[in-house]
Amino acid sequence: MSATAAQEGIPKPRLLRFWETTLGKKAVMAATGAILALFVLAHLIGNLQIFLGPDQFNGYARALRHLPELVWPVRVLLLISVLLHIWSSIELAVVKSEARPAGYRRWKPAGSAYASRTMYWSGPIVAAFVAYHLMQFTFGVGGTPYNRLDPYGNVISGFRVPAVSLFYIFAMALLCLHLRHGLWSLFQTLGFYHPRHTPRIHRAAWLIALFIFFGFISIPVAVMLGVIPPVL
Amino acid sequence: MKLIFHIWRQRDGRSPGRMVRYEQDGLNPDMSMLEALDVLNEELILKGEDPVVFEHDCREGICGSCGFMINGVAHGPLSKTTVCQLTLRHFDNGAELYLEPWRAKAFPILRDLMVDRSALDRIIASGGYISTPAGSAPDGNAIPVSKEAAERAMDAAACIGCGACVAACPNASASLFTGAKIAHLGLLPQGQPERARRALRMVARMNEEGFGQCTNIGECEAVCPKGIRVEVISRMNRDFLKASWTARRAGAD
Ligand code: HEM
Ligand code: SF4
Ligand code: FES
Repeated sequence: MSATAAQEGIPKPRLLRFWETTLGKKAVMAATGAILALFVLAHLIGNLQIFLGPDQFNGYARALRHLPELVWPVRVLLLISVLLHIWSSIELAVVKSEARPAGYRRWKPAGSAYASRTMYWSGPIVAAFVAYHLMQFTFGVGGTPYNRLDPYGNVISGFRVPAVSLFYIFAMALLCLHLRHGLWSLFQTLGFYHPRHTPRIHRAAWLIALFIFFGFISIPVAVMLGVIPPVL
Repeated sequence: MKLIFHIWRQRDGRSPGRMVRYEQDGLNPDMSMLEALDVLNEELILKGEDPVVFEHDCREGICGSCGFMINGVAHGPLSKTTVCQLTLRHFDNGAELYLEPWRAKAFPILRDLMVDRSALDRIIASGGYISTPAGSAPDGNAIPVSKEAAERAMDAAACIGCGACVAACPNASASLFTGAKIAHLGLLPQGQPERARRALRMVARMNEEGFGQCTNIGECEAVCPKGIRVEVISRMNRDFLKASWTARRAGAD
């Protein structure tokens, strides 16, 4: 198809041309990654309301449910972002595996971060976690007790199961790694580099990633320690 | 001093290769890594064996001909140093050194430690130049360039095209190399007319040559003997992304 298009001198649609280059895909990955990261932050702030008690938390959940004109566009945007992010990561993983068919007998990192070299591990595991997370708390098929009208109770009964909490904490650690690299990498990908600001972006990425990690795990930890009690 | 080498030996691109062990005694610590290989090769020739093939030319760190992996690091453990400038005193007596060629699909192995890096030349040919009337010399200072732009363009222009960045990159990407040229020309007034087209063409060429896509890991910066910074990759990305939206046709030809 590209051959005929070239023969007939028809320029390809700009978007398609852009997507065909690996750098274009990488930019899509950066943009969708930024959207996902913003959602994660907003989600965390919503979740932390669990420390304010069942009424506050369930009230927040109910308020969201009564805002379909906000919730649905966001869900669609997130779904598109996840699909594009994963699609481009798969294509880039293929490019990567083809670009060095024979590896080294010895290879030693000379100056890169662990997080940056493990994005193809942290990402897919986080995706698997998100699938389970939605099954558990959105669709109620995660194997822990579920009551659609009581998100607070769902969280408590969910995190009472140590295996569930541990998987959650593990996934958050990987998300932290993914974002510690991703949050600065996206600026570099989109062409922003500044000798003074880039080191700041590096530090901010670490801080935000750690905030997300400790913020999220505070909930299962608090449940397991009994700091957040079930409603009797 | 004594060193134990494990060197990748491969007759040509079609034959399989393997690591071969050589013990070399009586080396002078002030020799360069390449001189140690010269000594080894003389002995191999006397024994009637094939010498180890490696590329070299200036032996003063400016031509970009030399380069191989030493214990998994491109150009070896000393930062901002090519293997021709790397002296043996940086290694312990009796150290074991694994020497391997640059590995990338775009760098086919020619023999032993020598790879074909002409893919880098083709990237330059695709846009790493400026078109200018080559008549009489222009007046000095006729085109003002700020001190800062001159310095940064000069920093980017320091790339010697050795390919270490590709070799070290887990993605086998040539982004540091390509970005260096795009940044060098893009920072100067002379580079402006072709700036958008240059970014589109050089990035497209990099893809066609089979290099991987950069994911901002930063190994390239750590091994580059000329200290090229990943900032140049960001400049390349910016030029490319901007040109993708403004240029009328891919490759603009
Ligand atoms: C769903 C499975 C996921 C996969 C397979 C995945 C994979 C990747 C990969 C391979 C990269 C590129 C690595 C690099 O640039 O060094 C990346 C970048 C990134 N990811 Fe993910 N990721 C996933 C989920 C997420 C999630 C849930 C978020 C946000 C919470 C996220 C945020 C980011 C960000 C911000 C970047 C940086 C973008 C860039 O510099 O290009 N990712 N991801
Ligand atoms: S950017 Fe550095 S490592 Fe890459 S080819 Fe140029 S000099 Fe060598
Ligand atoms: S031989 Fe010229 S840079 Fe090493």
